[in-house]
Amino acid sequence: MSDTSPTARSAVRKTYKLYIGGAFPRSESGRSYPVTAPGGEFIANAAQASRKDARDAVRAARAAQPGWAKATAYNRGQVLYRVAEMLEERRDQFAQQIASVEGGPLDAAHAQVDASVDRWVWYAGWSDKLSQVLGAANPVAGPYWNISSPEPTGVVALLAPATPTLLGLTSVIAPAIVGGNTVVAVAPDACAVPAVTLGEVMATSDLPGGVVNLLTGSTAELAPWLASHLDVNALDLAGVAAGSDLARELEVAAAENLKRVVRPRAAQDWSADPGLGRMKPFLETKTVWHPIGI
Amino acid sequence: MSLFEYAPAPESRSVVDLKPSYGLFVDGEFADGSAGTFKSVNPATEEVLAEVALADAADVDRAVAAARRAYDEVWSRLPGRERAKYLFRIARIIQERARELAVLESLDNGKPIRESRDVDIPLAAAHFFYYAGWADKLPHANLGPDPKPLGVAGQVIPWNFPLLMLAWKVAPALACGNTVVLKPAETTPLTALLFAEICQQADLPPGVVNILTGAGATGAALVAHPGVDKVAFTGSTEVGRQIAKQVAGTSKKVTLELGGKAANLVFDDAPLEQAIEGIVDGIFFNQGHVCCAGSRLLVQESVAEEVVDRLRERMRTLRVGDPLDKNTDIGAINSAEQLARIRTLTEAGEAEGATRWSPPCELPERGFFFAPTVFTGVSQAHRIAREEIFGPVLSVLTFRTPAEAVEKANNTAYGLSAGVWTDKGSRILWLAQRMRAGVVWANTFNRFDPTSPFGGYKESGYGREGGRHGLEAYLDV
Repeated sequence: MSDTSPTARSAVRKTYKLYIGGAFPRSESGRSYPVTAPGGEFIANAAQASRKDARDAVRAARAAQPGWAKATAYNRGQVLYRVAEMLEERRDQFAQQIASVEGGPLDAAHAQVDASVDRWVWYAGWSDKLSQVLGAANPVAGPYWNISSPEPTGVVALLAPATPTLLGLTSVIAPAIVGGNTVVAVAPDACAVPAVTLGEVMATSDLPGGVVNLLTGSTAELAPWLASHLDVNALDLAGVAAGSDLARELEVAAAENLKRVVRPRAAQDWSADPGLGRMKPFLETKTVWHPIGI
Repeated sequence: MSLFEYAPAPESRSVVDLKPSYGLFVDGEFADGSAGTFKSVNPATEEVLAEVALADAADVDRAVAAARRAYDEVWSRLPGRERAKYLFRIARIIQERARELAVLESLDNGKPIRESRDVDIPLAAAHFFYYAGWADKLPHANLGPDPKPLGVAGQVIPWNFPLLMLAWKVAPALACGNTVVLKPAETTPLTALLFAEICQQADLPPGVVNILTGAGATGAALVAHPGVDKVAFTGSTEVGRQIAKQVAGTSKKVTLELGGKAANLVFDDAPLEQAIEGIVDGIFFNQGHVCCAGSRLLVQESVAEEVVDRLRERMRTLRVGDPLDKNTDIGAINSAEQLARIRTLTEAGEAEGATRWSPPCELPERGFFFAPTVFTGVSQAHRIAREEIFGPVLSVLTFRTPAEAVEKANNTAYGLSAGVWTDKGSRILWLAQRMRAGVVWANTFNRFDPTSPFGGYKESGYGREGGRHGLEAYLDV
């Protein structure tokens, strides 16, 4: 209900846009969709990303990938930690947004923000440990130096779960980027509201533009284009129902260029300890040989 | 000009006792297949070596059921240290019967006895020995606190390293507590059947290893079988793609080791003597039937002429012919079909404008042979620079700067291996970092070891075989 008295001040509302290549463009399609609370109340209009937006996002992710992979692990870790810092500072804003789009008590929303902040911190610390934990010095039977180390697979398309909004997004984005990949994440439906705000956090966290690209809209519409895109190296199906036709169709499309696919789980508990399960699928093992001699 | 006259030094084939026909190996016994037989041919002479049972869907059913039974009742219950002993036994028997296996491999596959004797068979034994040691140490593999086997593995392997690829598949699967149904390639089933005998000699419990001979349809039925928990495939990218589509939407774990078009980079400061040997080893080893073959030679422009001249000189000394002759460097092409594919692609190379050269060499009248061939003046768009030829055919391209070398090396849908030749250490590491490939050989090429993970980036597949990393393909972690 707006206050129409002469002394009242109307709020300046935010336009919810996409986050591509470090900028916040509208959908090139000009489309938007209303984000509503579980009770049906209007919250905002979000940009409804199109196939063209998805392609632009992949291009931005590809362009940003070599630079991000080349950044030192220490640097990547600090950037992820900076995301946690920025997120913490906006704790109340996120809690309110989560409560409004997901429903439920504000306490639970605060707990979700806290879990998300903690998860960014957890993944931040992994950046300079992955090579040590996942790599190996291999004792080959001959005069050769032989080392295996993890490397990013490249551009990863992520289908974020509809809920929990912020924790779900965090749980798919952070593990993919910590090892040097860049991502295009689809934030479905009402997830758009915290997703765009998370984009603002990233834009102010020294994360190079294009490392994370956020598309808001419909997973069913965008996922097939990302699954079949030949410049995408991997696909996380977190946001698709396990056992669904869509999950199978996307995996089939992904096979065209042998994308690495993370299949959806029937009962995914996003608050559980994530382990290495979402980092490893997006890391390749490279083994280098060199003769030893004088 | 050679110093010594050449005299043939043929390995005796009497060490191999070939039976006229072989059945399928299911549940510890040999049995006839349901779909008749097919013949395995010696590619060097075109003589029929043996008749082999052709497995169909009903046989796949039987084999998967046997593997499941063995998994549930025996193998998954055995402590790791006991599984290990069987694998150590198998490694030892492979060593004991190495000469027989080497001759049989060369007969069935066409590869030079020097390679089957010195590479294929010793590495197969080493692979079993290596993974045997892991069987009781899996919780220490740093893959997770409580690693568990997956169940029944369906494994489909290619014809280029028949017994070695079997070892790459069977050894880690068994070490991790899985049972297997393995389909060897249609043209090279014989060492796998001899391996079945080895399993019997080792008293491996029935059903732990099952071997189904057959062609593409047999492999497809195995991959699609609902009782299979894990699919492991080595072969072409085309078939790998089909498999990835086939298993979509299931809970089957998959590893794919597919094609390649490796770049072998030679810089102007490279030790050229060694580089030439590496180039030859990279593309002519195993007739070029190697997924990680160095089939694209990228030479720095300033030394391109010298490298090509020296390469041609070296190629003149390569002996092509009888695989059982210990002097032979390049044996027979594995099949008439593969020979036809090599011919098609080399003809395309000429038609597209590249310059073809082979040393003068007399090829045997019978059998499938192809002279070592090098193409110069190749552009990145040529089919011979893009498609996997899987034969003794090298495409030479040039570059000026390291950045251009990286750009060209990575300009491929594949990403299995790469080679780098330069004397400068920092440049080796700089290049190794930028190669989008699972294995980088610096100042060497085509080196393999059971402890060293192997597998591709991009369309060369996913998953790793070998080393600690190779365990993960067969474990639920």
